[in-house]
Amino acid sequence: MSDFVSDFWNLYVIVIVLGSILACAVLLIVQGKATFTPGKTMGHVWDETLEEYNNPMPKWWSWLFVITVVFALVYLALYPGLGNFKGMLGWTSTGQHAAEVAKMDAQVKPLYDKYLAMDLKAVAGDKQAMEMGKRLYLTYCMQCHGADARGAKGFPNLTDADWQWGGAPEQIVETISNGRMGVMPPHDSLGAETIKDLANYVRSLSGLPHDSVRAGKGQTAFAEAGCVGCHGADATGMQALGAPNLTDKIWLYGSSEATIIETITKGRQNKMPAWKEFLGDAKVHLLSAYVISLGAK
Amino acid sequence: MSGTQTTYNDKVVRQFAVMTVIWGIVGMLVGVIIAAQLVWPELNFGPWLHFGRLRPLHTNAVIFAFGGCALFATSYWCVQRTSHARLWGGPLVPFTFWGWQLIIVLAAVTLPLGFTSGKEYAELEWPIDILITLVWVSYALVFFGTLVKRTVSHIYVANWFFGAFIIAVALLHLVNSAAVPVSLTKSYSAYSGVQDAMVQWWYGHNAVGFFLTAGFLGMMYYFVPKQAGRPVYSYRLSVVHFWALIFTYMWAGPHHLHYTALPDWTQSVGMIFSLILLAPSWGGMINGIMTLSGAWHKLRDDPILKFLITSLSFYGMSTFEGPMMSIKTVNALSHYTDWTVGHVHSGALGWVAMVSIGSIYYLLPRLFGKKEMYSTALVTTHFWIATIGTVLYIASMWIAGVMQGLMWRAVNADGTLAYSFVESVKGSYPFWAIRWLGGVLFLFGMLIMAYNMFKTIAGGKTQDIPVPAPAGHHA
Repeated sequence: MSDFVSDFWNLYVIVIVLGSILACAVLLIVQGKATFTPGKTMGHVWDETLEEYNNPMPKWWSWLFVITVVFALVYLALYPGLGNFKGMLGWTSTGQHAAEVAKMDAQVKPLYDKYLAMDLKAVAGDKQAMEMGKRLYLTYCMQCHGADARGAKGFPNLTDADWQWGGAPEQIVETISNGRMGVMPPHDSLGAETIKDLANYVRSLSGLPHDSVRAGKGQTAFAEAGCVGCHGADATGMQALGAPNLTDKIWLYGSSEATIIETITKGRQNKMPAWKEFLGDAKVHLLSAYVISLGAK
Repeated sequence: MSGTQTTYNDKVVRQFAVMTVIWGIVGMLVGVIIAAQLVWPELNFGPWLHFGRLRPLHTNAVIFAFGGCALFATSYWCVQRTSHARLWGGPLVPFTFWGWQLIIVLAAVTLPLGFTSGKEYAELEWPIDILITLVWVSYALVFFGTLVKRTVSHIYVANWFFGAFIIAVALLHLVNSAAVPVSLTKSYSAYSGVQDAMVQWWYGHNAVGFFLTAGFLGMMYYFVPKQAGRPVYSYRLSVVHFWALIFTYMWAGPHHLHYTALPDWTQSVGMIFSLILLAPSWGGMINGIMTLSGAWHKLRDDPILKFLITSLSFYGMSTFEGPMMSIKTVNALSHYTDWTVGHVHSGALGWVAMVSIGSIYYLLPRLFGKKEMYSTALVTTHFWIATIGTVLYIASMWIAGVMQGLMWRAVNADGTLAYSFVESVKGSYPFWAIRWLGGVLFLFGMLIMAYNMFKTIAGGKTQDIPVPAPAGHHA
């Protein structure tokens, strides 16, 4: 596609670029033909002492100038520069990028293909594969999950045995490949009192300090308000929905009463991006094996 | 119209010369602070003194406050002395001084408060931009008005450069600062997307080319032959390199946008004109340094000449480095690294600051009725401290920059990145510390200069110097 809205601008660019380069050459040539009287001044004096010698321009300098002008013309013949003219080499910056990526991909493909053909558990036990997996992890995953993979508020810890969306190998592959959308709906309609009861109830499930009267009321509310729909009657969650287990002392957003009240009142939205298109199956396979190896520790 | 009773207007030169030193200290102090913040991040205090707000304050202060005052002082001195005429413009002359100082103070207040248009080297918001326009138009009137009433037939070469600098900066400022105001303190650029980026770097590189090069070459063309007591090496060289320089610089901006959304053809055009720029740039260096030919011995014991000639050496070095960095393949390594920062400071400290310092040292005794500075030994000390500071600064940034570029592109056998970004940050710490030390030395040199300046002023008395009668000139 042309960069110009009309052919006029294409021509304009060509004419003005070539004209400007040639103007430099003409300036040099015309001025180089002046009459020089080396060691003698031009005959003007300013501010009592300021004068100028009528020396010629240094030859090496003039040649330096000529060389850069010639280089510019050759470059414009070979590379894009003169408007729509693509240059004789057909080079583009996007083409260069694509070629470099393709070259690297071809170079590393056998390495990745070897592990793609292997079972995930076996890959997770392979030393070289896990070194590669760790490097992939440090490039693509650590920004959210942390360099030590222990996560942060809102970003799951990958080193514990707790899996919000399931820890089976094929579930981990699915999570990395297609991403996940976690939604805890807001429940502010329940009213502050009930929400506080619920917070005390779920804290009691994790063995955290709580008001047992409120926890008792909360247990009733848990069933009546529909929490069981996702988190289950026993509050152990439902991996198919990404609904967390509320009894395992692991809290993605924090376990303080205030935080839990905020979670119930306002809800939570979270997203794991999908990597399949960007990384390809082979890298997802390695990363999955690496994540499995983390959980195994 | 001018008789022997007419005197030069040196009052405004005195004002700008003194403020050059003051703003130099302020701007470089802020530079030292932000350099320290990179080594010790705990030094980022609150939003007002955060790196992100102090960095534009540093660039604006050193370029427009320090460099700007130096250019006003030297151009006003030069245009009067080489035109054999008093500054034209009456009240416009003090307006340029007080207006420019007001702009600087407004910058020093608004930038830390977070008011910014977000355009590099043009961060000031629209009301200040309008004030800049008024001052700049006044400056142009004063400068060209004085040239018009000159009593010598030829226009001295230094004035070509000062004139080109004034016209080009007016054009750059007006085009790049075009914006839509939404409130007194907020505006949005008139351009969007890649056009905005291109206008920004057309401005940005020409700020280097005209503000920081053409203007200072004007300074060089007056003070080097004056201090050396020798004629300019080649008139013809000055003609060719002047026209080639001011013509070619206008094209070089796209090299700041290599491998971006800017069309390939624009990037190529920016690159080739940056390369062609090598010879015109070196023309200025040759003309300055060769002016000393036959008088090299003066360099031994004249610290002012040391400053001027060393500044030309750094100018030659950075105008060689610049074209090389504009080559796409080199730029792929150097872009976004500290190499760029080193390159800028090789020009800013080595060239711009040193030629200004040398010129101001030339002016101060003459402005305050003295034969020489209070202490020539302190000028020599300043020279060596500034040179060592500059070398530490640019050498550490070269190493850090090349290291960063190589670390960012290094890949393992499996195609993954060999280093995380933070590893390159960690590796840069020792070099950032050396850079900070270089900056501290340069700032210390400026403090010595301030002491020397106030001692010189304290013992001197200003006098009005008469403009020579037209009959007295040889032109």
